[in-house]
Amino acid sequence: MAKSILAVDDSASIRNMVSFTLKSAGYDVVEAVDGVDALNKAQAKTVNLVLTDHNMPHMDGLTLVRSLRELPAYRTAPIVILTTESGQEMKSRGKAAGATGWMVKPFDPKRLLEVVKRVLG
Amino acid sequence: MTIDMSQFYQVFFEESAELLDEMERLLLELDVAEPGKDALNAIFRTAHSIKGGSATFGFNEITETTHVLESLLDKLRNGELAVRVEMVDVFLKAVDVIKMQLAGRQFASEVDAQAVAEIRRRLNELAHDGPAEAAVAAGAAQATQPAAAAAPSVTDGAEPVDPSPENLFAILVGTQPTEAQTTAAAPAQGAATAAADSAGASGPAGYGFFSETPPPAPAGAENRGRRASDISGDAQPKRGRRASDHIDIEATSIRVGVEKVDQLINLVGELVITQAMLAQTASHLDPALYEALRTGLAQLDHNTRDLQESVMSIRMMPISFVFSRFPRVVRDLAGKLNKQVELKTVGEGTELDKGLIEKIADPLNHLVRNSLDHGIESPESRLAAGKPATGTITLRAFHQGGNIVIEAGDDGAGLNREKILAKARERGLAASDAMSDQEVWQLIFEAGFSTAEVVTAVSGRGVGMDVVKRNIYALGGRVEIESESGVGTRISIRLPLTLAILDGMSVSVGKEVFILPLTFIVESLQPAKADIKTIAGMGTVVQVRSEYLPVVALHEVLNVRSKVTEFERGIMVIVESEGCKSAMFVDELLGQHQVVIKSLESNYRKVPGVSGATIMGDGKVALILDVEALARRPSREEERWAA
Repeated sequence: MAKSILAVDDSASIRNMVSFTLKSAGYDVVEAVDGVDALNKAQAKTVNLVLTDHNMPHMDGLTLVRSLRELPAYRTAPIVILTTESGQEMKSRGKAAGATGWMVKPFDPKRLLEVVKRVLG
Repeated sequence: MTIDMSQFYQVFFEESAELLDEMERLLLELDVAEPGKDALNAIFRTAHSIKGGSATFGFNEITETTHVLESLLDKLRNGELAVRVEMVDVFLKAVDVIKMQLAGRQFASEVDAQAVAEIRRRLNELAHDGPAEAAVAAGAAQATQPAAAAAPSVTDGAEPVDPSPENLFAILVGTQPTEAQTTAAAPAQGAATAAADSAGASGPAGYGFFSETPPPAPAGAENRGRRASDISGDAQPKRGRRASDHIDIEATSIRVGVEKVDQLINLVGELVITQAMLAQTASHLDPALYEALRTGLAQLDHNTRDLQESVMSIRMMPISFVFSRFPRVVRDLAGKLNKQVELKTVGEGTELDKGLIEKIADPLNHLVRNSLDHGIESPESRLAAGKPATGTITLRAFHQGGNIVIEAGDDGAGLNREKILAKARERGLAASDAMSDQEVWQLIFEAGFSTAEVVTAVSGRGVGMDVVKRNIYALGGRVEIESESGVGTRISIRLPLTLAILDGMSVSVGKEVFILPLTFIVESLQPAKADIKTIAGMGTVVQVRSEYLPVVALHEVLNVRSKVTEFERGIMVIVESEGCKSAMFVDELLGQHQVVIKSLESNYRKVPGVSGATIMGDGKVALILDVEALARRPSREEERWAA
């Protein structure tokens, strides 16, 4: 059965790119426009991986990660946070929030698939 | 697998355009004295989002510009720097520059490289608090430049960029070394730190994992408390963020190409015509024998009208799409003219056809500029006249009958009647002191007319108002002017709600049926013989109460054999256009209809006096008359030259 990924980003063009890339590689993709939307969708259907941007309205990525970790279904699920900052501070905040890993934006389809493959196998 | 990224460009361009509009709106609303964290965050995020997209799709020059913009905005939202009015001006200019760069990518239009370099320089200057700082930054950049330059070579914009942190900064530095020197300062330092970092288990460039399994979920009230405050702290006010609408919009709308909608409207138009023909045919049938059929057709009529209304509404958009550009226009222009002007908008939610929105923007722009330039007085003059120093321009829109009315008004000096009459005489136009105010105001619509003492770069060239009027009439609309000296001026534009349908009165002249648009019709009457007179210099007129109105005998003008030629045996349809009334003579009034407009021009050729055609219920073609053109017959011109 195909693995499913929840892609969270407030930019439609980025979502399109991520969605297309992952679908072409055989994954199922659910899109969300911000943290609140993502929480709703994550609970409506349990996914295998959550990829989330950090800078979003209503609820930022780190808060989303923390919120997801509260849910039984996502206590240990892979969550990768996308960030434009590669400094130490952002990484430690991600780690503290409970993220599995991080990926720097901008990224290209190649790297995206690499990360997803490493996480989902 | 290589993915063609260009399929995502279009959405990026649209998205960025919306983000830039959002940024502009937020900037115009920004209270420089007390900006508020939320507002600054919202502005920061628009720049951040555009940067993210442009970097992902390899639009390096846009990434560079938004990066410098974002850096300064970051400092402002962190409180590192205070917001100043000149910064807002620079930000607004940056919005323009980024729009230009986006257009360059989207339409391969020209990009002013100097303007781009200048805005980056300026933003950087402000971020480092003045030229002195910039020099220091440049020095630092020199040191790190060789290191950055040694990084993998820059790919050109067309291919996806390998955007690991070091590469991203190399690109920022590498593409235009001279101007990027100062901009590279901050990121270059960032790159140095990142390179020196050992982030836990960082893998190949650009991503990493904290551990094989994520840390156990933090539990307990303490965390919940923090989460709640995080949400309230990070949550953005709905107003301030365009994307906050996305949740609702995402769920309840889809993007559809305009051609598809137009095709749909066209087909529905054909359906309406066919249905009208059926209704016409059925009306001759014996009601007793064909009751079911007639009932069915009546129902069809009902359904078709509902369908038509529904389809038309797809193309309707709120007029805020047009009004939204004016705060910026007013701000920039008032600044240039050293006037204090406030813009008020009323009825922004009023909807009109998308096609009209695009066409009404230019005329409105012209009217607003006129108000700013000639209407609103300087602060000193206003104070001397007992008015508040700040003038007000009001844009108002509302529905009235089957029309939308858009008003552009100001509380300025009002039109100068004497000046206009003098100018009219100067230009050889008919101008008499006996003319009503309404008629005098209409003079400003003559080509080449302008009473501006000085032709400014803004307006006064005299090419504007006649074009405004022509454009509005071409849309089937009308323009009216009200003005009072010392109080202000108000210009009202009345437009049919849709371009495709017209409410008209069908009239017969001989065997032909013509349609007169209802918007022009004042009343209809059968004149008494005694009311028909001839006045030297005016031709035949009909007396209606206390007015003498020129008669336009349609059978003469249109060269059609009429059933009656004696005026007292036919009907006079009193119409009003350009502030003047005239009487159209026809044989009979047939009825009021809503007709689907078919273009004569595209199917045949442009015919003077005719603005379109339609197919009536009996299948025959009826011409829609151009009332304005017909009213301007020789008899009218005689009157004009008489004075």
